[in-house]
Amino acid sequence: MRMVTNKMLKQITLFAENKPGRLASATKILSENGINIRAFTIADSGEFGIIRFVVDDADASLRHLRRADFTVSETKVIGLEMPDTPGALWEISRALSDNDINVDYAYAYASATPNKAILILQASDLKKAVGLLTELGFHLIESSP
Amino acid sequence: MEYWNPKVERLSAEELKQLQERKLRRLVENAYEYSSFYKKRFAAAGVSPHDIRSLEDIQQLPFTHKTDLRDTYPTGMFSVPQSQIVRFHVSSGTTGVPTVVGYSANDIDVWTTCLARSLTACGLGRGDVVQVAYAYGLFTGGLGLHYGVEEIGAAVLPVGAGTTTRQISLMKDLGTTAIACTPSYLLHIGEVAESMSIDIASQTQLRAGILGAEPWSLESRKRIEQNLGIKAYDIYGTSEMSGPLFTECSAQNGIHAWADHFLIEIVDDYGGPVEEGEKGELVVTTLSKEALPLIRYKMGDITSLVWEECECGRTHPRIMRIQGRVDDMIVVRGVNVFPSQIESVLMQIPEVGDHFQIVVDRAGPMDVMAVKIEVTESTLSDRIGALMQLEERVAKQLRDVLMVNAKVELVERGTLPRSSGKSQKVIDLRQI
Repeated sequence: MRMVTNKMLKQITLFAENKPGRLASATKILSENGINIRAFTIADSGEFGIIRFVVDDADASLRHLRRADFTVSETKVIGLEMPDTPGALWEISRALSDNDINVDYAYAYASATPNKAILILQASDLKKAVGLLTELGFHLIESSP
Repeated sequence: MEYWNPKVERLSAEELKQLQERKLRRLVENAYEYSSFYKKRFAAAGVSPHDIRSLEDIQQLPFTHKTDLRDTYPTGMFSVPQSQIVRFHVSSGTTGVPTVVGYSANDIDVWTTCLARSLTACGLGRGDVVQVAYAYGLFTGGLGLHYGVEEIGAAVLPVGAGTTTRQISLMKDLGTTAIACTPSYLLHIGEVAESMSIDIASQTQLRAGILGAEPWSLESRKRIEQNLGIKAYDIYGTSEMSGPLFTECSAQNGIHAWADHFLIEIVDDYGGPVEEGEKGELVVTTLSKEALPLIRYKMGDITSLVWEECECGRTHPRIMRIQGRVDDMIVVRGVNVFPSQIESVLMQIPEVGDHFQIVVDRAGPMDVMAVKIEVTESTLSDRIGALMQLEERVAKQLRDVLMVNAKVELVERGTLPRSSGKSQKVIDLRQI
């Protein structure tokens, strides 16, 4: 029987009211503590937004942001190393769709490895997605140093 | 069942009413003779002390209001010479001129006795450590509770309005078993304790909260009791009445109002009596106070009164839960809304934090009401849709209860006011 890996990446979610300076104050705290943001994305409702970060040290980020009274939580997402070539995203999304897995959100950043990108994925059934992508031979990362 | 004064606390309703009638007659005679304020008022209403023979006759007497205390600032309603006053308290003048209350030595004794009965009814006594976290000084909360706690032989820890971390460390170190403060402040203490990694339920001796000075719902009570592992008792009393006076008993089903010292009426919008158990405004007549007697003083609190004997065996009438204040009521698009209704809805939704604020404004000719709630870590989802659904779900539940639309706004944690006094829960920006 095949080993199912549980390789997932820690993502930080931060709640912010939609007003000037909130992203600045959060990123200032990360900066002051020497934390590197690998990728981030903002989703907003008009009045508030949630900022999602992938950083090099998730635990330290949570600690520092909490101390500064930010409302933050930790979520598991998929960090998938993919070839930086035409058709790569199609291949992944087709596999997910064929298996009835919905992508809730996704964002990406260029990997330190040449010609590779890291795709951050949140899926309706995260465990199933991890199993599937591992089976298909994708490299899933657990941290983003 | 422990009583402070079993004989008095278990007089029959008939005996209590006879006692009230006797004391009312004497109060009215004294007020007429010694207070120029009441003499003028009675004359204007065309009543004299001879007209007041039975308890029902009280309806002939005019009401008094907070504005009377302000209009006669500082001591125009006092009924004893200055030489008999042993203490003053002054209420903050947030809405205008402050109000001054004075006490004779006997007034302090009656106040302390009432509290001794009440605290005993909350299961407190010798061996307890009661942390008084109400402000000391001009506010009646601190000193009032202080005297009451000493009277029952418990140890008083007079922290007053100290810093919250200090409240928590002293609570832990000195084995506080009960705390007296506002319910919103106790929730705040819970939050701060959590951030200090102290679990009040398992790491302190705390077992009771004597909570008042602001309206709170049964759902808030449930939250406090569950989060902190204590029994939370409601306390009632305002500076005009002396200060905090009456609490619930272990049955937690109404506040025992000591009828030998205070006569409570519930009246409707037109000042007429309501049926027993019906909702209306609380009106107080002080039967024993000497320095500043109050006759038919309108408290502005909306509640009901029940004379039925309590399961604890006490016979004095019970003030049921305070449902709001006459002046707290907000009219939104012609609909009466009480902040307590909103609190009650919010506290039933587990994802909603402990604090909220209501903002009423006008958009063109229409009233708009927004209810702000804080996002907690456990509520925060990485899916924004989940947060937007939470807003909608809360808005729907509010609409079902209030019959008026409220826009729900999620705000950052720690941004809504927390108070150790009366919470600033309603902001009305409408310019009329």
